[in-house]
Amino acid sequence: MDLRLSDEHEALRKAVEAFAHDVVGPVIGDYYARGEFPYPLVSQMAEMGLFGLPFPEEYGGMGGDYAALCVAIEELARVDSSIAITLEAAVSLGAMPIYRFGSDELKAQWLPKLTSGQMLGAFGLTEPGAGSDAGGTRTTARLDGDEWVINGTKAFITNSGTDITGLITVTAVTGEHDGRKEISSILVPAGTAGLSVSEPYKKVGWDASDTHEVSLVDVRVPAANLVGQRGRGYAQFLSILDEGRIAIAALATGLAQGCVDESVRYAHDREAFGRPIGTNQAVQFMIADMQMRAHLSRLSWREAAGRMQRGEPFKQQAAIAKLYTSEAAMDNARAATQVHGGYGFMIEFPAGRFYRDAKILEIGEGTSEVQRMLIARDLGLPGA
Amino acid sequence: MKIVVCVKQVPDTWSEKKLDPATKTLDRASVDGVMNELDEYAVEEALKIAEATSGEVVVLSMGPEQSTETIRKALSMGADAGIHILDDGLAGSDAVATSLAIAKVIEGRGADLVIFGSESTDARMSVVPAMVAERLGLPQLTFANKVEAPGDGTVKAHRLTDYGYDVVEASTPAVISVVEKINEPRYPSFKGIMAAKKKPVETISLADAGIESASVGLGAAWSEVAEFADAPARAAGTIVTDEGDGGTKIADYLSEQKFI
Ligand SMILES: Cc1cc2nc3c(=O)[nH]c(=O)nc-3n(C[C@H](O)[C@H](O)[C@H](O)COP(=O)(O)OP(=O)(O)OC[C@H]3O[C@@H](n4cnc5c(N)ncnc54)[C@H](O)[C@@H]3O)c2cc1C
Repeated sequence: MDLRLSDEHEALRKAVEAFAHDVVGPVIGDYYARGEFPYPLVSQMAEMGLFGLPFPEEYGGMGGDYAALCVAIEELARVDSSIAITLEAAVSLGAMPIYRFGSDELKAQWLPKLTSGQMLGAFGLTEPGAGSDAGGTRTTARLDGDEWVINGTKAFITNSGTDITGLITVTAVTGEHDGRKEISSILVPAGTAGLSVSEPYKKVGWDASDTHEVSLVDVRVPAANLVGQRGRGYAQFLSILDEGRIAIAALATGLAQGCVDESVRYAHDREAFGRPIGTNQAVQFMIADMQMRAHLSRLSWREAAGRMQRGEPFKQQAAIAKLYTSEAAMDNARAATQVHGGYGFMIEFPAGRFYRDAKILEIGEGTSEVQRMLIARDLGLPGA
Repeated sequence: MKIVVCVKQVPDTWSEKKLDPATKTLDRASVDGVMNELDEYAVEEALKIAEATSGEVVVLSMGPEQSTETIRKALSMGADAGIHILDDGLAGSDAVATSLAIAKVIEGRGADLVIFGSESTDARMSVVPAMVAERLGLPQLTFANKVEAPGDGTVKAHRLTDYGYDVVEASTPAVISVVEKINEPRYPSFKGIMAAKKKPVETISLADAGIESASVGLGAAWSEVAEFADAPARAAGTIVTDEGDGGTKIADYLSEQKFI
């Protein structure tokens, strides 16, 4: 019965905490305000080996585990969600499918560049007309000789348009069996003719992260760029999303904790009616509830990660962690903004950024409704 | 080139520190320990010199049991081995006693360079590097913001002064202390953290080092804390109302305080 971090995970946590506090904190507000991707921060994260955390050294990784990645994501998100999602998407959506399902050739060709952070990977599942219903994918890929020819549009793809984006793995319909679509995953290198990204989206939050619509017009890639088995793309995706939910839960935990950190500080410093606002029980109780949610959030992702790493079933626990932590992050962001009063509505205050960054956590990588559907299904409740 | 870099575990810079009324020494149990910030620069400089000269970095710390965390941190940044001077008899040692213990241990092992941070955030005396150099009979290049040690038996440093810097040079072995402008300390990577677990850390007691217990510890301290009091609450600042002469008033204030 132990949800504590190992000494090594704790040492990693401290290193990332110091980096986030000393390096990210002072500059991220400006990147956010300018809507600019923070290349210098990403390259320092790469130097620290964060992009290689859960991969073995043979692929240039750090030889750590998934929990190590989650620890790093949580600490980054305590200070800023944009860089945390850049890391999460690059590792758990960009590199992980190749590591788990790619051929030896694809792994040897791409993983060292991805794990070193020299290149960012992206994953394109969502389409303008297919998000929660990812099976509704319209993008198609057909074999022409020894090449795939891909056509379609992907929506909201993280890390798809940076200067260091190396590849986008997309899901596409590659055939039909008994009236059911066969969906596969195919790796598309950046710069391939016919692949283009739109102007960056104007987002409500995550302003220093990179998100574009991606269009594929007669894009040709080698047949060997198929990631995993043909027709298994959808199932593989779902398994990648299961573990990705734990990483998103860690990110949400970081945001929830960041809200507590900022609120405690502000409640000490800010005076009203001649005394610190933190002397008011109303403020204290708000912050105590925030801390409770941050704490329970942490327990929930760590428990799910523990199950996954021990090889036990973890689908339901990952869904619960994603659902609980994202709602906790949203609740904490609302409360932290309240504690900050008018300043909480200003984006130069972290609380204001947290407020804008929290909402997407209840939507991305499976909406809260989808998480509830997964939990209900796991409990054996009847399907529609 | 063999480089010994001396590091100290100190109470977290940002935490509120308290003195223990019974011993009049710092209450180290109630706060988190971290590596003294300036020592991170010392470790970074040692690693850079070692990388350029295929040298070896040994990290040395004198302090209670928890100091192993600080040694591990330096190892995870890339140092090769650690030495921990650990003995209950060392508790309460002042700068004179600390320099004695460190010098004694280094003397027995040899080093081409001994690198320190220029001060610790808890004691802030800045004298241990000089005292160690004196005891070892080595040249000292203190308060350096730039060091060149090409491994040819010489070392050159820019030594910060009130008016700029002096360029000083010595033959090795030598003792260096560094200031924070010298470099950007690296953050340990997870690979480094994992590797640190397997690196050797030697624990040395007073007896091992051949140090008499009467010459160190609180009892041997040359200085004594006679009395202490809480820092006074910060006074309210001075507000200058600008009636067209705000600039002059601020300049007057600054010159009164001898800032300009
Ligand atoms: C900033 C950002 C970054 C993103 N990054 C990526 C990325 O890198 N890669 C990628 O592939 N995608 C990415 N996404 C897409 C994201 O995963 C989807 O937006 C999300 O899965 C929801 O899909 P949708 O937007 O199509 O909403 P819809 O599926 O249309 O859902 C709309 C609403 O209907 C509800 N709903 C839908 N079906 C049901 C049902 N059966 N029962 C009950 N309620 C239902 C949903 O819960 C939601 O409330 C990103 C999105 C954003 C905003």
